[in-house]
Amino acid sequence: MAGAATITNPTGAAVSAAVLEAASPRLPGTLTRIALIGNPNSGKSSLFNQLTGLNQKVGNFPGVTVDRKTGVSQLTPQHRAEIIDLPGTYSLYPKSLDEKVITDLLYDRTSKQYPDFVVITADASNIRRNLLLFTQLADLGLPAVLALNMMDVAEQHGVKIDVEALQRELGVPIIPMNARKGIGVAALKIVMSQELGAPSVHFYDPDEDLLPMIRQIRYYFNLHNDYLALHYAHQFRQINFLTADERAYVEELTQKYGFDATAQQAQETIARYARINDILLNTVSVTRTERNEPYSNRLDRVLTHKVWGYLIFFGVLFLMFQAIFAWAQYPMDLIDQGVAWVNSLIKANLHGPLIDLLTDGVLAGLGGVLMFVPQIAMLFAFIAVLEETGYMARVTFMMDRIMRKFGLNGKSVVPLISGVACAVPAIMSARTIENWKDRMITIFVTPLMSCSARIPVYTVLIALVVPDHKVLGIFNLQGIALMGLYLLGFLAAIFSALALKLLLRRKERSYFIMEFPVYRWPRWKNVGITIVEKVKTFVLQAGKVIVAISVILWVLASYGPGNSMARAEQRVRASAAQQGLTAKEVDMQVASQRLENSYAGTFGRTVEPVIRPLGFDWKIGIALITSFAAREVFVGTISTIYSVGQDADMSTVQQKLAAEKDENGQPFFTPARAFSLLVFYVFAMQCMSTLAATYRETKGWRWPIMQMLYMTGLAYVSSLVVFQLMK
Amino acid sequence: MPARPTPAKSVAPRSVKDLSLGESGTICCLKDPEMALKLLEMGCIPGTTVRLNSRAPLGCPITLVLGDEDYTLSLRVNEAATIMLKE
Repeated sequence: MAGAATITNPTGAAVSAAVLEAASPRLPGTLTRIALIGNPNSGKSSLFNQLTGLNQKVGNFPGVTVDRKTGVSQLTPQHRAEIIDLPGTYSLYPKSLDEKVITDLLYDRTSKQYPDFVVITADASNIRRNLLLFTQLADLGLPAVLALNMMDVAEQHGVKIDVEALQRELGVPIIPMNARKGIGVAALKIVMSQELGAPSVHFYDPDEDLLPMIRQIRYYFNLHNDYLALHYAHQFRQINFLTADERAYVEELTQKYGFDATAQQAQETIARYARINDILLNTVSVTRTERNEPYSNRLDRVLTHKVWGYLIFFGVLFLMFQAIFAWAQYPMDLIDQGVAWVNSLIKANLHGPLIDLLTDGVLAGLGGVLMFVPQIAMLFAFIAVLEETGYMARVTFMMDRIMRKFGLNGKSVVPLISGVACAVPAIMSARTIENWKDRMITIFVTPLMSCSARIPVYTVLIALVVPDHKVLGIFNLQGIALMGLYLLGFLAAIFSALALKLLLRRKERSYFIMEFPVYRWPRWKNVGITIVEKVKTFVLQAGKVIVAISVILWVLASYGPGNSMARAEQRVRASAAQQGLTAKEVDMQVASQRLENSYAGTFGRTVEPVIRPLGFDWKIGIALITSFAAREVFVGTISTIYSVGQDADMSTVQQKLAAEKDENGQPFFTPARAFSLLVFYVFAMQCMSTLAATYRETKGWRWPIMQMLYMTGLAYVSSLVVFQLMK
Repeated sequence: MPARPTPAKSVAPRSVKDLSLGESGTICCLKDPEMALKLLEMGCIPGTTVRLNSRAPLGCPITLVLGDEDYTLSLRVNEAATIMLKE
């Protein structure tokens, strides 16, 4: 057989002919489904990126809310495979939502998603612990390949692995690799293009006493092996596709046989390690070289130092904010102007209600989404680098003690930091928190962090009421006000967490057991792919919602009850003729009057009594309602309401706001009103996408509704206090 | 090793929490069954040597280096207290 020739790869190790003997080439044209599984930090994402490049897409696993990454890999000129990237895990007993995705995929053989085989990545320099997951997967009876990664690191550490011997012991093909450099990928692809049988070696047999129960489960569900049946006994409560009757049946069995899941699992883990030790004894030799202290340790002495550690962390945060707010401004302006240019080009050449819908509705909404792409890209570049280098683990480590006091967890730091850009990906990143209570609290408070969509509101209003003075020679008063608003959001987040910690009665153990990865240079390809992927997700997912809302808003602002808008327009034109205004001024007044009499304007009037105690009038009411869907809409709505034309830039918005008079002829935007509005925007839940994300992540309406009521209530009360005190 | 002030104390079973910075020990058993599952999977296997590598600035969590592979684990002090050491 041609495929049985020895494949040599650049690490010098060889894939023996023996392993491939049982294999036969797959039929050309069939799309093989391959799942990629491995421990965290075992190089799984690197391998995924090597195999698929930019042929990746993010979707949802059927039935669950966790993102699923898939990609297509061209294995040989004739064979393509669909690669499913699964979250990193240490074992098949899931402890977090992320890890549950794996068992969901592997329990149901009849599912259309069930993989044809699995590629298991293992860190060769940490082979003992990495093989635990391997032996569990092999016992499930799926055809498997072991990608033995980081061979170079293992060699540096004096770990010598006899790949041939290990291959015989484990009964699956092993490909020694260095995924970061792409070494071994070609050999892996060739093995992946073969039809593989189930692993020939078993690593763990359940206790004799358990066999009657296991067999009954096995026959009841028609399962192909005992180990899978044992997992059913463990996880029946969490297996989605089981019916209530089936669950009841398994539960009855576990009770009848006195099945102690915890003890069994502990015994299994120890038995597996014993077996792994035996295997490694014959296949791996470690020559203890007298090594210098690892550079990681020396770096840690500085990066987690009680003074330097925090200073460096705040320095990194400062740099990140600087990048997001200052550097991203240029591309943002370009995109903004680009969309405006396209918009005016269409408007200049085409007319009609459909064109208005396209320009003022869809394009305006789209511009609002696209404008944030540079900030999102910048933020995820930072977060990807922090994750890749291993620094994020140190931040979590340094912050755990502090965060715990507020009912959060060291791992909550990542969502809170991401929340400064956008709450949607931030809420998604809370998945790695194993503890239910910690995770819910984190999701609940993350939207209080001041996201980038609040910046336009902050900028406009601060410029209006805070003088552009220097304080102590270096600090700008407006800058201090801006920073104060961020701080206010942050304090609200952590104190809300504290309140929730006391309110939520549920007692659950909070773990903080986490691998400390060694420091590594970021793989720029991975960073790049992360950026492209996140931006794509943001534009597609958030974009759909924002565009839909923009369209609805456009309709509400363009049409009114009966013919009230037409009548209003006639009135304005009649009085304008007497005052001798220019055509442009007339158009502006018409737009303003039409808006006041539109559905949106009617809503504004309706809510006015409710927001009057906060110092707001019906015009702000419209802006509040429209920006309820997304804060980005505020400035646009305000500029329309205060009859500013479409081509207005920010300074004219400010001039109009400054020129706005109340009923006594005094300037409308007093510091009291402006700060009241600012505080409202710091706290209020004005983001449909965030609510949708919370719904997705908590699988129900309870949390998003509570979040909205709480944040809006907090915003209302704080605005009320601010306005009544400052008035 | 520094002399212990009260001889009675050294008789009491020690856990990883009682290690001083840089000191090593051998894991004998895991006290808390539920936590043990996670710890076992993460490589805290009885018989493995463990060294207290560092403490977070506020004293908790801590990091441990396990076995002779360069594997560092970070965990809270109360979790470390469930990992018992051989005498």
